[in-house]
Amino acid sequence: MSGSMEMFDLEGYGASLLDGALLTLLVGFTAMVVAILLGLLGAWGKLSGSKTARAATETYTTIVRGVPELIMLLLVYFGVPTLLQDLAGVFGYEWVIDLNPFTAGSLTIGFIYGAFCTEVFRGAFQAVPKGQIEAAHAAGMHEFLTFRRIRFPLAMRFALPGLGNVWMVLIKATALISIIQLDELMRNSRIAANSTHKPFTFYFAASLIFLFITAVSMWGQKYAERRAGRGVRR
Amino acid sequence: MADIPALAVENIHKRFGELEVLKGVSLVARTGDVISMIGSSGSGKSTFLRCVNLLEIPDEGTVMLAGDTLKMTRNRKGEAIPTDRHQVDRFRTRLGMVFQNFNLWTHMTIEQNVMEAPIYVQKRSREKARELAIGVLEKVGIVDKAHQYPEQLSGGQQQRAAIARALAMEPEILLFDEPTSALDPELVGDVLRVMRQLAEEGRTMLVVTHEMGFARELSSQVIFLHQGRVEEQGPPSRVFDNPASERCRQFLTTEYK
Repeated sequence: MSGSMEMFDLEGYGASLLDGALLTLLVGFTAMVVAILLGLLGAWGKLSGSKTARAATETYTTIVRGVPELIMLLLVYFGVPTLLQDLAGVFGYEWVIDLNPFTAGSLTIGFIYGAFCTEVFRGAFQAVPKGQIEAAHAAGMHEFLTFRRIRFPLAMRFALPGLGNVWMVLIKATALISIIQLDELMRNSRIAANSTHKPFTFYFAASLIFLFITAVSMWGQKYAERRAGRGVRR
Repeated sequence: MADIPALAVENIHKRFGELEVLKGVSLVARTGDVISMIGSSGSGKSTFLRCVNLLEIPDEGTVMLAGDTLKMTRNRKGEAIPTDRHQVDRFRTRLGMVFQNFNLWTHMTIEQNVMEAPIYVQKRSREKARELAIGVLEKVGIVDKAHQYPEQLSGGQQQRAAIARALAMEPEILLFDEPTSALDPELVGDVLRVMRQLAEEGRTMLVVTHEMGFARELSSQVIFLHQGRVEEQGPPSRVFDNPASERCRQFLTTEYK
């Protein structure tokens, strides 16, 4: 009996897993905020009349789609500080940059998923019926007021399912950050697994925690969609 | 003051690419006038209405509202553009627009739809806006729907809500763009009744319509557009009973079937 229960014994690493989970959530939230901001900016660029803005966002989404996330993470964490230091050296400055893993990780993940948010927002803004905007203009609303009161809330309704999707993929992608020594859920489970020689136990526990996070997210998303979709017959 | 028209539109030209949709259309509306614009589809009547509140920017021509001229200029490519966007917005609050497809904002209740422009554009207090909203919703007979969303209403109710939304801005002129064309036949009557009431109150109205009954009974003036030009114009008795233009005569015969 005791033998079969042994695999559920976390041998004192439970707190470490929970700490890791909290950090995972924190990285996830930070990255999501970055992604949403970049996404809005990107969508604006893609839909704007400016050729430069369109070219810039096109380059952005092409790069992100073309380069593996892991490579991008390593590039930012190890590559960007060196690059900046060398650049500073060229101009005769000495500048020691030490990106902390949290910042590097959140920014990189945010940068990557910002490209996906760009597509989500682009589609959402395009889905707003033209008549809704015309009615706003006809009522004397200027461009910014129309955006704030009509275009944005309507677009959010179309964007929510897509954003929920991005969040789910993003939160799982944070596991990659363990590679740059951030003590999030994935890294803490690996440490526990290696020191106790019970990989199944700890990776299984980590999976359950991820599953818990995504399940709660799905519930939250349903709630948000219902709120944003008020007035819509289904 | 009496001789300054509520609305004077002069020599409107509009082309979409190669197609010249309006070839110099003018009209004058005095306060209390109800002007019906009729004509087959493609005659340019809706485009003309949309030029009046600058939803389409006319390539040439002027719009004058109670003596104020909307200032236009040309950009580097030679296209006509309004000189002052703010003046356009101010003009639009003085022109209440009712669309064929209602275009009520779907994420707001009927009351919120009606209160939106008074609060955010005209900077009225919430209390004043609510008072206005209840007044106009009572007038169009859907005050009991105030807290419902547009998609919970029938087409006729939605169009009446859209009329209420236009009225809440207390505009000088009401513009109707085929207000009954998207409605099921049995719902047309409710909307026409509201429009009749507005006409009888002495509102200045510009109505693009296929409802010949409305045009005949309630207009002070009827304008028949054909291929972007005014082909026939006058009091309804003359346009309907004794049109000078052969095309107008043909159009009326087919419309009345």
